Amino acid sequence: MNLFRTALLLAKKDLYSELKTKQILTTQIIFAGLVIVVFSFAFDPANNTTKAVIPGVIWVIIVFAGILGLNRSFISEQRNETMQGLLVAPMEAASIYLGKFLANFAMMLVVELVSIPFLFLLFDFKFLGSVPYFILVVFLGSFGFIAIGTFLAALAANSKSSEMLLPLLLFPITTPILIGVVQATKIILTNVEKLSSAIAWIQLVTAYDVIFFVVCFLLIDYVLEV
Amino acid sequence: MIEIKKLTKQADNKLILRGVDLSIKKGETVAILGPNGAGKSTLLKVLATLIKPTSGLIKINSLDLKKNHLEIKKLLGYLPHSSLLYDHYSPLENLVFFGNIYGVDDVEQRAIELVKEVGLSFFLNEPVKNFSRGMIQRIAIARAIIHDPEILLLDEPHTGLDQGAISILNNVILSMKEKGATTLMVTHDFKQAAEICDRIIIVKNGKIVDDFKIENRNLGFVSEKYELQVEGVS
Repeated sequence: MNLFRTALLLAKKDLYSELKTKQILTTQIIFAGLVIVVFSFAFDPANNTTKAVIPGVIWVIIVFAGILGLNRSFISEQRNETMQGLLVAPMEAASIYLGKFLANFAMMLVVELVSIPFLFLLFDFKFLGSVPYFILVVFLGSFGFIAIGTFLAALAANSKSSEMLLPLLLFPITTPILIGVVQATKIILTNVEKLSSAIAWIQLVTAYDVIFFVVCFLLIDYVLEV
Repeated sequence: MIEIKKLTKQADNKLILRGVDLSIKKGETVAILGPNGAGKSTLLKVLATLIKPTSGLIKINSLDLKKNHLEIKKLLGYLPHSSLLYDHYSPLENLVFFGNIYGVDDVEQRAIELVKEVGLSFFLNEPVKNFSRGMIQRIAIARAIIHDPEILLLDEPHTGLDQGAISILNNVILSMKEKGATTLMVTHDFKQAAEICDRIIIVKNGKIVDDFKIENRNLGFVSEKYELQVEGVS
């Protein structure tokens, strides 16, 4: 019980910090907006083949905006060595991981909530697929990406070139999730008759999410030592 | 209160602590002296559960540090050279956050009291980033004692402080001592060590080379003992 209580306190602290400084979320939303505008100029929204690009654009936004947030997540605890303050406090290392994960995930959801409707609007996309399945895929993909990303951000934060190291570590490990969610998103948005194969991709991503979340949760203790 | 047996810590093939044996009773105020690189801060970090020891046994309040680290962490107040404070947070927000993590009752009231105690009640809601080093250290002291710890671990706490902050820190240590708290303080400031501590430990090359009690704030005695042990170390 203490694990969740302290994790929530830490997540609340991170989100309140973000509310005060507006450093991460603003950068993420500006980045997402830029990607959408550039793609909307590059591909003619009137052209039907453009619709095939949308699943890719959604996940480009989530992946790169996500990395912007993940990079700051643990580096922000290096100033005044506040990470030591958390490590000497009566909380498990897993609690720190869970708190950071919750804060990162909440920020990612906000970015998605703002950018995906904006993307549909600029691409003049008429949603004919299944909305609940689309939300489920975005949720599961973001969950897995942020769960692994938070763990690797903790690992990379100890390196001097952490901002370069994080993408190098993150992309190979999250590739199965990204393949799964891009495929599932494509089917749900453009070819909803093949929903059963989208469900198969969703199952794969869910299994991957659960396995890696548990592994990260168990291994974080070895990563956070000063 | 604190029992350390055959404690070693190795990092990158270098032995930082080489079989430290130490016993500290409840209520003692102990200064750890030694040259740079002797292993003083490492010893403190191991006790603060920041670093895992390579071998050896540590018991605090008869609890094994490895098995009962959460219970032990509740007893510890750690004040390193860094403030461990969030820059954009005010003293009140910082103290309430850490107080909540430690499960302090009526945390806001306790935080306000502590900020008042360290003489910064006028700056209660100002972001810490606007503070001077001395002011930050005062809030850091309040952070370390927000949960009324039984053991205080201080790593060079007097460095860079003005006279006002030094006297506040010393008062905090002495008032904690009156309440029965045990204090371990790594320092290079012999004057402060002689003034507030009742026992001195000298560490050299990862080992305790001297351990003695001092009386009547005898600074000359501490300096003499230190020179004798650390002679020849640059």
